[in-house]
This record gives sequence, structure tokens and C-alpha cells, in this order.
Amino acid sequence: MSRRDLFTISNSHFRIGVGITAAILIVTAVAGFIVLPFAQPWVQFAGVWDAICSAAGVPQRTANVTVPEQAKRLSEVVLTSNTLSRPSQEAIGRGATLAQRCAICHGPTGVSRADSPNLAGQYAAVIYKQLHDFRSGARTNAVMSPFAVNLTDQEIADLSNYYAYLPRLPAYHPTPQLPKPNIVIYGAPMRGIAPCGSCHGSLDNKTGSPWLEGQSEAYMKAQLQAFATSERRNDISQQMRNIARAMTPQEIEAAAAYYASQPPDVVKAVD
Amino acid sequence: MLVNRKLILAHFWLAFAVFGIALTLGAWQMFIRSPIGTWLSNPELYYRSLTAHGTVMGYVFPTLVAMGFGYAISETALQQRLVGVRWAWTGFWLIVIGSIMAVIPIALGRASVLYTFYPPLIGNVFYYLGVVLVVVGSWIWVALMSVNLRVWRKANPGAPVPLAMFANVAGSYLWAWTAVGAALELLLQIIPVAAGLKNTIDAGLARIFFSWTLHAIVYFWLMPTYIAYYTIVPRAIGGRVYSDSMARISFILFLVVAMPIGMHHTFADPQVGAGFKFIHSAFTALVALPTLLTVFTICASVEIAARLRGGRGMFGWIRALPWDNPMMLALAFSFVMLGFGGAGGLINMSYQLDASIHNTQWITGHFHLIFGGAIVIMYFAIAYDLWPHLTGRELMDIRLIRTQLWLWFIGMIVTTFPWHWVGILGMPRRMAYFDFADPAIAPQALSVTFSAIGGFVLLASGIMFIVILARGMRAPLADAGPYRFALAVHEPKTVPVALNTHALWVALMIGLTLTNYGYPILNLALSSGTSVPAVYVGAQ
Repeated sequence: MSRRDLFTISNSHFRIGVGITAAILIVTAVAGFIVLPFAQPWVQFAGVWDAICSAAGVPQRTANVTVPEQAKRLSEVVLTSNTLSRPSQEAIGRGATLAQRCAICHGPTGVSRADSPNLAGQYAAVIYKQLHDFRSGARTNAVMSPFAVNLTDQEIADLSNYYAYLPRLPAYHPTPQLPKPNIVIYGAPMRGIAPCGSCHGSLDNKTGSPWLEGQSEAYMKAQLQAFATSERRNDISQQMRNIARAMTPQEIEAAAAYYASQPPDVVKAVD
Repeated sequence: MLVNRKLILAHFWLAFAVFGIALTLGAWQMFIRSPIGTWLSNPELYYRSLTAHGTVMGYVFPTLVAMGFGYAISETALQQRLVGVRWAWTGFWLIVIGSIMAVIPIALGRASVLYTFYPPLIGNVFYYLGVVLVVVGSWIWVALMSVNLRVWRKANPGAPVPLAMFANVAGSYLWAWTAVGAALELLLQIIPVAAGLKNTIDAGLARIFFSWTLHAIVYFWLMPTYIAYYTIVPRAIGGRVYSDSMARISFILFLVVAMPIGMHHTFADPQVGAGFKFIHSAFTALVALPTLLTVFTICASVEIAARLRGGRGMFGWIRALPWDNPMMLALAFSFVMLGFGGAGGLINMSYQLDASIHNTQWITGHFHLIFGGAIVIMYFAIAYDLWPHLTGRELMDIRLIRTQLWLWFIGMIVTTFPWHWVGILGMPRRMAYFDFADPAIAPQALSVTFSAIGGFVLLASGIMFIVILARGMRAPLADAGPYRFALAVHEPKTVPVALNTHALWVALMIGLTLTNYGYPILNLALSSGTSVPAVYVGAQ
């Protein structure tokens, strides 16, 4: 037999090879797409085609079940590591003017005396996301929400750029620097908690995660507790809620105390 | 005839040098996350090391071994000078440049994404470009194997292609096609994001592309090992191959069914339909077939050798085998590890059983036992067998070689068996740190300690291997004679076209890829809203 006859029915290797392969494919397809879907008594299908589509992973356009309406708004902000990465001098200037109204709580230099977050030198993406969430209602606070509700997109971007531009200054509540607690550098792998430091700096930083060094201990503790009770829910995919729920009260205290005791210039070192 | 010895030696030396580095990193990783190590408080360093270990062991080391061995097979089995030597050197240097390009961002902590990439994690673009260069370098080898076979066919029309070359080219075609999945993932999905052209990535689709590569790549790693089983071992122990046709059918089966089965790596992924998962699971079961055929044929071939040496009785012949021959030892160790690893693999491929070990240390244990154990021990054997022919010098340290193989076998068992065990107990994989003071995992501390000790036994064995080869370069000159492959009991005079060419089986491989991957890929590629923001490693 010549090589030209390889792909002909008269070649027994072709017949057998292709035949067995096709037969296995058909049998497994019938089993996977028809028999097995119907073997699940707890799933109802409209017909054979419905079962095949389901097994093939066709996205269900019309869900049979009614989705319960979201009781509270969720964050809709999309962040990338390029968000606001190259601010203009004008944007920073506009932000500085707008920031006058923030100074009463967050301090004229972006460092708070009132257990509000220190914003001087915070990542722009972080401020951008939180302001958007306050404006949309995904995050609420009796004091903060009214300030955010009337901001335009441009104003939010300008404010974020301005605060990111400010130098990081020492906090007003200096305490001796504490050693790193386990939760910050190890996390708790068996409870699915990644180390705080793997997103919030000191080990690594992930887009949208603030640096925490020198922030108010009371503020950080309150936020962790709010995440744990789902009172605060603007974290994407429940990242922080899942972590805070699994943390023990001692771990929450230790993490908050540790970060509060760190000078913010540590952040610069890992930037 | 081995003409281009320098080319082959360059491939082997580079392979074993990077293997030595990656092996050291692996041992350090086992130690640092075990109870006997003091945790260094920085998981990033661990993942850096893990990325380097996986990238080298997965992409660079086995590819170089397959290439070097492939060139050797082409010259010795076909008895013709390698065609395209300049291209071969180009491929080699592409791999050198690609490896360096990939390793620098890893060392700087800019690409700690592990060798399986894990989008939406995105590392430095040079890491991915380096991996692409390694793959492109290996594709030159694929083309050269095909060209060399073609040249030989022209000179020997209708003659049966020597088994070693037939299998070698089958392996190269399998690699060419299976690497397309990761290439698509890198070029269409990851590199545009890493280069800053896009900010979002379809992580689900990227995972499907990767599964296209991820399972068949194991069979590409396996090919040199299986070629050694069939064409080196029987000759080295004084026997013959039981059946030439059975060997060809095994390699053909690998070509057809190694590819359309990768989705058993995505059983837990929601973006793939259950029906496709079932088909992939069923086809994965089929891939056991060529391995079982091989085990049968090789056992029969070994029995022939034993009986020629005077072995008698139902099992009495086993004693007559040349157990002091390193090749015999390597084969036996390889089969034992293949047996345990294969049995574990049957659990991984079962849709339901997989759920109990998914993402646990069981999986890491499994692929180290199969790849690091069954496959790599035969890479050692191939190197030992080829070395005298490549260097023109005798390997004097037969005792040391035996010790090295024993240590590798013991080390791999001590490393991977406890690894499997803690996986069954639920210990997750890809974790940098475990707090063994936690009552939940304290009972696993002993197993993990044993495993880490096994890692150091492996390191010792790896160092011995490199020392043996290095000493082999300085031994007294000795003519090893022409390099031969094993003969079959019935040497093929004519072979049916289907068993002498690859076209039909390559067509089936591509056809099954379309049926088993076509819809899931199109479905995700055409659906909107399936992309997520990229997460950049080391970026603010």
C-alpha cells in the first residue's frame, strides 16, 4: 500500500483507527451530554436539547429561578494597576482645592487627628475606589457619605491624585514599633487567611489595597469588625469579609495595633 | 554514527546544569515549609523559588533532554548526519537566551506567578517572552526531526523507519501540537496584558488553553523515557524487544489520546461544562492503555533477556536478570514509581474521586512521583548509556551510578509517599507556610518532615549524577563502538504504512482536539463579560 492510500476506507488501519476513535467519542458524548445529566434526579431539564446545552456549559440566558434582589449595593468600581497612574499637575492642583473640605477630619496635611484614615501618600487607586463606593452607596458612613454623594468623576480622580501626591508624614499617635504578629506575616493558612502583608504592603501590595502603616488603631479595628459582621461590604468578591470573619478578636487587635505602630516611611521602602 | 557530539553534549549539559539548580531550590522549598525549617517570614521568596523550580523543571530541563536525545537518535538510528546543524544550534541558543530572559524577572520577584502562570496574576512581560523563546527553540527541533526523517525516507523508500526514530518523531509532533495551547494563552491573553496593552484577562479561557498543554506536556516529558524502555533497555540487558508493532502502537496511541484530555485539570472550574469534563475524563482513562501495553511488552522483553541468561520457572527468571546493570536498576525503579504514580493518576482523572484530593499536596506528590521519579530516573539512564559514545571515554564509576539510582529511588519514595498522605488529610498545595503548632495540622508534621528529608536525599543523588557525568568527561579515552538500539524478536521487514508514518495519527490528534476543545474555547472566547481585572505581581 502506498502512502497515498493511507486516508482511504480500503486501508484497514484507517478504518479501525478512525472508527474506534469516533465510536469512543460518540459513546462518551452520549453518556456525558444525555445520560448523566438525566441521571441527576435533582436537576430538571425541559428536554434533551436543554440537557445537552447544560452539559456543554452554554451560559443560561434566562435563569429559571428568580434572583433575590440585592438588599444593598455592591461596589462597581473597576481598578487596574494603571488607574490614575500618571496624574497631571493641574489634576493635583484641582484636588488640593477640593481637599480643603476634607481637612476637618483628614487633617490639612492629610494626616488625621480624629481616628479618620491618614490620606497623605495613600495610593490613588485606593482613594478613588472608596470615594466612588461612598458616592454609589456601596460603602456608607454618616459623616463621609454626604461629602461624597455630590462629587463628580473628575473631582474624585483629582482628589485621589492630590492625596497620592502628598508626602507620607509621621502619624499623630506614635507608639513604640511592635514586632510583626503572625497574622501579618504568616496569615493563617488552615483558615484560608492570607498574610495581611501580602496585599497591604510589607510583603507585597495588590491594586486597590491601602498601605496601613501609621493608620489609626481604632479605625482599623472598627473596619475589620465591620467586615466581619458584613456591615461594610464594598470589598470585591468578599475578599476582606472572608478574611475578617475567619480572624479571631485577638488577631484583629494584634493586626490593628501592629500597623498603627509602624511609621509610614516604611511604606516608601517597599514601594 | 554520532557526528554532532558537541551539539548533543551541549543540550545535555545545559539540561543537567539547570536541573541541578532547580533541584537545589526544590529541596530548599521542602525544607523551609517543613517543621524543621525556620520560616523566613516572606512568602514572596518562596513563590519566587517555586516559579524558578517549576519553569526550569517543566519547560527547560525535559525539553533539552528530549532535544539532545532526539538529535542522538536521528544520527544513530537513521545512520545519517544530522541535517540542519546550524538550525539546531539556533534552537539551542534560543533556549539559552529564553531561559536567561525568564529567570531574571523571576529572581527580581517580578514574575512570581508559578510555571502554570495562574492568570489573572500577571508578571513581567520578559518572563513570558523568555518562555516563548524556549518553546520556539524547541519547535526548531520538531521541524528538524521531521526533515531528517524525510531525508532518510527519500534515501530508503518504503523501508521501515527505525522504532527509535519513529517514536522520537511522534514525540516531537505531540510537543508541537500540545505547545500550541500555552502559546495561544501567552500570545492572545497574557502577553498583551503583561505588555500593558490590556488591563483585563479572561482567566477562565486562559486556563482552558493551558490545560491543552498541561497534560500532554507530561507525555512529551515521558517520550524519551518510553523510547529508552523500548530501544535501550532490552539491548543493555542482553535481550530483545518482544514486539516492534506493539511499540509502534503504543507511541501512536500516545499521539492520539494524550492531547484531548487536559480538562481533567479543570474539574473544579465552573467555566467548563460537565459534559466536556466527562469526555475528557473518559479519554484520560484511555491513556492508561499505551502505558499498560508498554509495561506488558517491556516485561516480556526483560523476560526474554532473563531466559537467554538461563532463567527458569514461572518467576524464577527474575533472579537471572542482570541486577548489577544500572539500566536494569533504573528500569525496575522507574516501573515501580510508574505503577504507584499511575494508580494515583487514576484517582486524579476520576471526576468524583478528584474532588477529595483536588488542590491538595496529593497532586504535587503525584506529579513528582511520575515525572521526577519514573521519567527522570530514565533520563539518568539515557545519559549514562549515551555518555561513553558522546565523550569517547568510559564511565568508570558503575558502583557510584548504582548508588545514585538507588538514592534517587529511595529519595523519591520518601518524598512523595508522605506528600500523598498529607494530601489525603487535606493539606493544601501551593502554600508557603504551615503553622505546625496548630492542632489541626500538628499530626502531619512528622510526614512533612520525612518528605523534606527525602528532598535532601534527592539533592544528594542529583549532585552525584552531575559528578559522575563530569568525571566521565575526564576519564581515559576508550572506544565505545557504534551506538546500537535494541533489536526486536522479529525484526520488521515491512511495516504497514499506517505504522510507518504519522499523518493519520496526527490528523486524529488534531480532530480530537477540535471535538474536545473546540466548543469550550469558542464559548468562552465569544461570550462577553468573562474577563476580570489583571492582578500584577510586584505592582502597586
